Order: sequence, then structure tokens, then C-alpha cells
Amino acid sequence: MTPTAPRSFQEIILRLQSYWAGKGCAILQPYDMEVGAGTFHPATTLRSLGARPWAAAYVQPSRRPTDGRYGENPNRLQHYYQYQVLIKPSPPDLQELYLGSLAAIGIDAALHDIRFVEDDWESPTLGAWGLGWEVWCDGMEVSQFTYFQQVGGHDCHPVSGELTYGLERLAMYVLGVDHVMEMPFNDPAAPIPLSYGDIFRQTEEEYSRWNFDQADTDMLLKHFEDAEAECERILAAAPEDKAGRRIVMAHPAYDQCIKASHLFNLLDARGVISVTERQAYIGRVRALAKKCADAFVTTEAGGAAA
Amino acid sequence: MPDLLIELFSEEIPARMQARARDDLKKRVTDGLVEAGLTYAGAHALSTPRRLVLAVEGLTGESKAVREERKGPAVGAPEKAVEGFLRATGLTLDQLEVRDDKKGQAWFAVIEKPGRKASGIVAEVLEGAIRTFPWPKSMRWGAGSLRWVRPLHSILCILSDEHGAEVVPLDVDGLKAGATTRGHRFLAPNTFSVTSFEDYAAKLKRAFVMLDPAERAEHIWHDATNAAFAAGLEVVEDKGLLTEVAGLVEWPVVLMGRIGEDFLGLPPEVLQTSMKEHQKFFSCRNPKTGRIEGFITVANTETADHGATILKGNQKVLSARLSDAKFFWENDLRTVAQVGMKGMAAGLEHVTFHNKLGSQMDRVKRIAALAREIAPLVGAKPDLAEEAAEICKADLQSAMVGEFPELQGIMGVYYARAAGHDDGVPEACKAHYQPMGPSDEVPTEPVSVAVALADKIDTLCGFWAVPDEPTGSKDPFALRRAALGIIRLILGNELRIRLATGRENVSSDTIGPGELSPFEFAYLSHLDLDQPNRLRATYWETRDFQKLIGRASTDPYNKYCKQTLRGFEKGNRVHDLLAFFHDRLKVHLRDEGIRHDVIDACLAMPGNDDLTLLVKRAEALSAFLKTDDGENLIQGFKRANNILTQAEEKDGVEYSYGADPKFAEDEAERTLFAALDKAEAEIAPAMEAEDFAAAMSGMAKLRAPIDAFFEAVQVNTDNAVVRRNRLNLLSRIRTICLSVADLTKLEG
Repeated sequence: MTPTAPRSFQEIILRLQSYWAGKGCAILQPYDMEVGAGTFHPATTLRSLGARPWAAAYVQPSRRPTDGRYGENPNRLQHYYQYQVLIKPSPPDLQELYLGSLAAIGIDAALHDIRFVEDDWESPTLGAWGLGWEVWCDGMEVSQFTYFQQVGGHDCHPVSGELTYGLERLAMYVLGVDHVMEMPFNDPAAPIPLSYGDIFRQTEEEYSRWNFDQADTDMLLKHFEDAEAECERILAAAPEDKAGRRIVMAHPAYDQCIKASHLFNLLDARGVISVTERQAYIGRVRALAKKCADAFVTTEAGGAAA
Repeated sequence: MPDLLIELFSEEIPARMQARARDDLKKRVTDGLVEAGLTYAGAHALSTPRRLVLAVEGLTGESKAVREERKGPAVGAPEKAVEGFLRATGLTLDQLEVRDDKKGQAWFAVIEKPGRKASGIVAEVLEGAIRTFPWPKSMRWGAGSLRWVRPLHSILCILSDEHGAEVVPLDVDGLKAGATTRGHRFLAPNTFSVTSFEDYAAKLKRAFVMLDPAERAEHIWHDATNAAFAAGLEVVEDKGLLTEVAGLVEWPVVLMGRIGEDFLGLPPEVLQTSMKEHQKFFSCRNPKTGRIEGFITVANTETADHGATILKGNQKVLSARLSDAKFFWENDLRTVAQVGMKGMAAGLEHVTFHNKLGSQMDRVKRIAALAREIAPLVGAKPDLAEEAAEICKADLQSAMVGEFPELQGIMGVYYARAAGHDDGVPEACKAHYQPMGPSDEVPTEPVSVAVALADKIDTLCGFWAVPDEPTGSKDPFALRRAALGIIRLILGNELRIRLATGRENVSSDTIGPGELSPFEFAYLSHLDLDQPNRLRATYWETRDFQKLIGRASTDPYNKYCKQTLRGFEKGNRVHDLLAFFHDRLKVHLRDEGIRHDVIDACLAMPGNDDLTLLVKRAEALSAFLKTDDGENLIQGFKRANNILTQAEEKDGVEYSYGADPKFAEDEAERTLFAALDKAEAEIAPAMEAEDFAAAMSGMAKLRAPIDAFFEAVQVNTDNAVVRRNRLNLLSRIRTICLSVADLTKLEG
């Protein structure tokens, strides 16, 4: 069966959604906070911990302030979308499932050269690492494929399989578009056709300026410290609330960790963090992520015996 | 004699790990088989990205029975001893035998190990190999706890002979060994069964899998050179890339494309790096123009359109990459045209080199001042050395190097030329990083040598000043490599530099111009960073360090410098730094076949911070020790030295003066006197001329007289006068021998 070619960015997203829904994943919505990658969504970070099975797929808007190019670069953006799939335990046919998703968006393996090229994944801010590949289609990296070994300093048992698709780049390739801003967002035949640029060119400009020149670094620094302190305070609270219920607040604490991580990225884009300080900041975020993971594994969702 | 075939089928094994994995599989399995009592005729391991394969030919069908007898405790020994023996042998008391022994009766165990079938042994050995396989990085998957490089999907393990094939009974965490495998992921995904290695290899070939990595590499190289030749081009050889690419495909299909006209003006290194690093493409050169004009990509599949879609996709990715590269190249050229290399380097001010050693710009300034100092010692013009040092790191601020760090230095050469630099200055941008490793080339062009030395000495002295020198196995700033680089630069160019010692008179009030060694100079320029701003500003304003420290002794700067240098000496920091060098030198010379005790003997001599001198001495001594005379002379010297040392300790005096031939009683003694006179006359001028070989051959002539002397004469005689005279004579031997090297340090 030769799949028909998708016609727009959103059609590619929709096809991925229905493909993974068809394979039994819960289709989640993006996390409602600024994150650098889909991995930060608690549906990946926290849910990859503990023994409870899990299968989720979602789009995650991701922000990398340093990658902003005022909307001028054909494929660099400070705000972009990742498609993320996490299945625990990783099924034995995960590679085949993944290849099926490429077919679903119109990449025919009989015509293309699809390859799994070594690329081990590590997130120093999350204290996480895994082994896997970047997937190449005709020499272009279209996804990241990882078997999580450790997250937040905890060994993953069972192991989660994680797939991350860089949606803009993948879609540009499938749709044959050279500049991201020219990519059709909805169907080009729609009454009001919208390109990616119609939706994001201006915001890329605005955020690039703010990220690079305007963001108040003193304020960001203060917010970083506040988030760090709040995260630690939440986790230091007694596990029993005033009514005597055991409620460990792993998720609210993790929100603060996400915040700290994004604030660090903003500070980095403003160029106020030196090479040596960088490591120290990353270490501080990692310390938070580890504490959140420690807390999560004591909860029911984290697999602790009730 | 059955043949054994093993295939471990997994998800994609990283290309770089395949070669070692083949060796490890072969070694572990065959070692295990042999240890269990089997023998085999031959074994070879193969791999593709998805499979690790071992074929063992002519395996014995079973191991031989083994009978072992062990003697236990005496009959009547404590119960505990007997129990222990039973535990160790795995027998019960009624299985033991009582035999007569020299001291009475003892328990004996006879353990019979019957021969085992090969299949059982193979199963055990293979399971052990899988469970303990030394992957550089391994992982778990799913809910299991087995580790492999990537998820392991199936195990094929059969023993086959003329009667057919037998599956080895093996189950590793639910993975049962079988006789089936499958072909290419897309072209032949179905499973099929095999009966022998030949059958396996033939069926795989039909299923689009080329099993042998060497064959894949050969196939790729053959098709690539043909495709390039047909297009009037030649493939740039790259063995590492060829091995890697052969490890990425099961069914290599070579495709050739042209680089767009727009990109042909880029430097060949840029094209090659971009294509290799990002896309694992081979570069194709036009032999007429020398330009890189095409590329070879290797796909892992055949398609109905003969790779047209694949090539188009690759071409598109390449164009995007090269557009970036071209943008960087043009931008960088514009920058140097407008503001020059120094302008490009300006941003180094904001790049931290090390939190206590300032910015990269601070470093560049120090290197420039030091390169000026070193220039005359290496035959370079100080102005050119300084100019080169000032721009040698500018390309770190270029857009191109930002994207491709591996092009650092190489881009500097292009940009420096474009900015109008000449006279060996542009080349230093690349060469000052060299030698990068033990096998990298050593620069010989004087400007490059000056900057290369300054760069490395600055780094070393900086980390000693901070201090943040390497400890144990930790060397994050690659200081050992820097030291080895300095050693190779000095030896390779036969430079005569006293690295550590600059001034003869350390305590003089004023440090005059030219009185600082490279180490001291570099050390001072680092500590300057901690000093009051005024001093620092003065230094960086004039940039003439020598002039500053050469000023009157009342000048606060001079005072400060002197204090610092005294600190450097007192804290033994210079000594430590030099010792660090000497350790590196020992490693280096050991690789060249010079024993460490020979080096120690030479290190103990004055001038040991002049590495060229040091090595000349060590080489001569090493050659000397390999001769018969040399070896025996050392024994003679040691004997003389021992007798003398013992006598000196006993008598509490030093015998070092006034040996007189008139007290000589024996002919051998008189001969030795004459020989010593002659040797002294020969050795002293040779040493003066640093002709160590001649000095040592002069010394060699002492061998016979010394041997004869000890043969004929007893040193410690009852006659006190004669004894004293003989001890003083031994002292002359010691003095002469020690003038060449500290022979007491020699072993054996």
C-alpha cells in the first residue's frame, strides 16, 4: 500500500496522532509550561520511572531561546514542535511500530533509505541517559529513538522506549519545502490557507529580540532562585497533609524544576552565563530533577506499593 | 567434526563497536570451548549492523573424560577437616577411598568427569559470553534485565555435520536459540532457516545481506571509485569513513552526486568536513582542478527508481548544510576584510578560558609576549612570532569554526591569508596547535614553532600558577599532551632552550632583560592577573615585559616580579613543573627504547631543563650500555663506588684528593693511573663539546685497567698509606664516570 502524501503540517501531526492512537497510546495534550523538549513533559520524565506500564503520545511545543533567528533561518526556530511517544516497557517491535509511523505520513520505505545511526541520548539537566539512534531518511535526521536507562538518577525498570520527531524538519522533508516559514500549516486548498510563517514569523521575531536583548536578567535570575527554593520547599514538606492524607507533591515540585530549567535557558540566551557557571547551573537543575524523581517513585503513579 | 554457527541478531549495533565485538565474540567463545576440553580447526567472526556472527569449523563432537585424584586428610583427622574435603570434592564419605600413605592412612577422592557433548558446552559458553559481553556501553530493554548493546532479538546457534544440523539447546532470559534468521529489514524481512554456515551466507546474500564487513567495504570502494571515475573524478581516500560506512549498511548501494556549482568555491576542508561529519559522504576530487566537486553516499537499499529519490534527498540535505557553510565562509571573509584578524579575534575577550586564568584574549596576549621571547631561540623574527600569536586563535570567533570546531586552525590559515598576512604567519594559525598527539607532525617553520611553544608553555605554566595541575588519571586540560608537544617540538627541531633556568644569580636585586626562562616568563605573566590593576595595566599597555622587569630595583613592578619568582622557586613549583616534564620525557623515550634508569642517570646531571642536551646524553649512554665495554665498565664503577662509599662511611672522611702514583705497588695500579690520566684528557674536551659518544668511548677504555686493578689489588690493605692512596684512586674513577652521567642511578 502506498500511502497518499500529506498536504500540510497539521495533516502530518494528525496522522501521527491517529497512528499512535491506533497502536494503543493515550493521546495527551501538550504540557502547559515552557519546556526545552518533549522529554520534559511529566508524561515522559516522571512516567518513565517506576514499574507501572505506560503508553502516551503527544505534541509538545518546545522552546530553545538560543536557537532563535528572527524567523530568517530556513530551519532554526526558538519555538517549535516535537512529537513524542513513550511506551513502557519498550515493546519488542518498537522499531517496526516507528517505521509504520513514517509510512503513515507518506515515507515509503521501498523508495527511501531509512537508517538507524548511533546516537546516545543524555540530558544533563534531567540526570537522564539512554541508548539509541538518530533515524536518518535519505541522509536527513528525522527522529531520535532512545531506550531510557536512567532518569532523575534512577535506573529505569522496566525500560521505556522514547521516540521524538522534530516535526517542522520532518514535515518540511515530507512536503518538499525549503524554508519553514513557507510550509503550509493547514491545507493549501482551504478557504483561508495559512503558512507556518503566517502563524509564527512575527512571534519568532518578537521572541528573538526579547530572548537575546531584552529579557531582564536580574529578574530571570531571581525567578530561577525562587523556583529552585520553591521546588525544595515543596519536597521538604511532610508527606501527610493536615487531614492526615499522604500526598507527596511530586508534580508541583517538578513544575518548579521545569521553570528553573527554562529560566536557565533564557539566561543562557542572554549570554550572561559563563562556561564554568553553566555547569553549575545545569547541576542545580539536575539536583532538582533528581529530588522530584525521588519523590515521584514514592507515589502510587511512581509504582510504590499502595 | 561438526561446525558451529552462531548469529546474535539485534537492533542496529553502532558501527564503531562492531570490529571489537567480532574479536570479543570469537575470543570468548573459542576460549570457553577450549577450556571445556574441545578443540577446533578454525574460527572467524563477521558482522553487519544487525548481526554478530561466529563460525567455528571442525569442532570436536565431545570433550574427553577426565579422571582426577585428590588426597584428603589422614584417616582419623578431625571431623571438620574431613567435612571440608567432602565439600570441596562434592563427594560423600562412602565414595572416598582409604589408601596407605607415607605417614599412615589417608582419605583419597577419585573424581571422574565424564566427557560432555559439544552442544551442552556450546550452550554454556555462549550463554556466558552473552551475559558478560564487554560492550563499551550496554543497555536493558523492555521489562527484562539482560544487557546487550541494543535489544537482542534472536539467537541462531547450530552444530552441523554431514548428518544435518542440530540446534544447540540454549535459552537466555526467554530467548531460545533456533536455526532461523531473517534478511534485509526492508528487502527481505521474512524469516528462513539455515543448516550450515555456507547455507547461511548464501541465503543471506539472496536476502540482500552482505555478511562480511571486509567484502562490504571492498564493494563500496570498488563501486565508488568506478562511479567517480566515470564522472572524471577520484574518491578521496578515507579508511576510517569506509569502515564506518561499511558498518552502517547490510546491502551497500553506492550513489554519486555532484556538489552544486555555488559551493565549489568553498575550501576543500570545509566541503570534506561538512560532508563527512554530518552525512558520512565520501568526497570526490577533480584531478584536473584539485577541487572537491562530487560526493559518494552509500545507501542501504535498492529501490525501483535506482536510488533517484534517495540521492535527491541526500543532495537536498547537503545543499542545506553547504548553504550554511557558504554563509559562514562569506561572512567570515567579510569580517576579516573589514576588521582584520585582530578584529575577528576581539570577541575572545568574552570567552572564558579558565575562571582563574582569564579570557581567551588574556591568553592570546600572554602567548604573543612569550612567542616574542622565544622567537630568537628558534630562529624566528620576534615581530612575526608576535603577529602570528596575536591572530592564531582569531578563527575561534569565526562562524565557520563555531559550526565545525574540527576546522579550528585550518580556517585561520585561509582567513589570515585573506587578511593579507604572510611570511609564515598564516600557517602558524594551524601549526601552533601541533603536534596534536604522539603521531602528529611537528612544525618546523620557525614562526610556527615559536607560537606552538608559547601556546603550550603558557597553558602549562598557567595551570601550575593557579594551581590546577593534573592529578592521577585526571587531566581535563590535556596538560600531559601539551608537555609532550613541547618535548617533541624541542627535540624535533633540536632546539637548545633552558626551559626552567633563566638567571644565573637568583638573588640579584634586579632582573635584567633576557634573564627569564620561558617557564619564568610565562609564570610571571599569569600571576600578574591577580595583581593590583596599576601594575597589570602598565604591563598590558606596553606589552614589553622585559623592559618592565628590567627597570630599577626600586620599581614596584620589578619587586613584585622578584617576589613572585622567589615564590615560584621556594614553593618548588618550578621543580614540580620540570619533574612533570621529565615524567613525560621518560614515557616518550621509553617508547623509543631508552630505559627509565638511563634517563634517571641523565636527569641527575646539570642542565636537565635543556631537553635536547638531556636526550643526547641519554641516547649516548643507552648506546654505551649496549656494548660489552659499557656493561662491564658500569660493574667496575659500581664496585669502585661501593668500596669507596663504605670506606668513607666507616672512616667519616671523603677520599677525593691526592692519589699519587708513587705509592702504587702493583703494575695494574700504575696502569690504572696512566689510563685515568688519558681518559680525563679525552673526556673533558668531549664533554665541553657535548660529544657524549666520544666521552663515553673515552670512558670505555677504562674498563680493562679497572678490571685488572680489582683482579690484582686489594684496596683495603693493612698499610694505611697505600689504602688511602687506593681509595683516592677509586675516587678518580668515580669522578670521571659521574662527569658523564649519574651512573649510580643505573639498575642491575
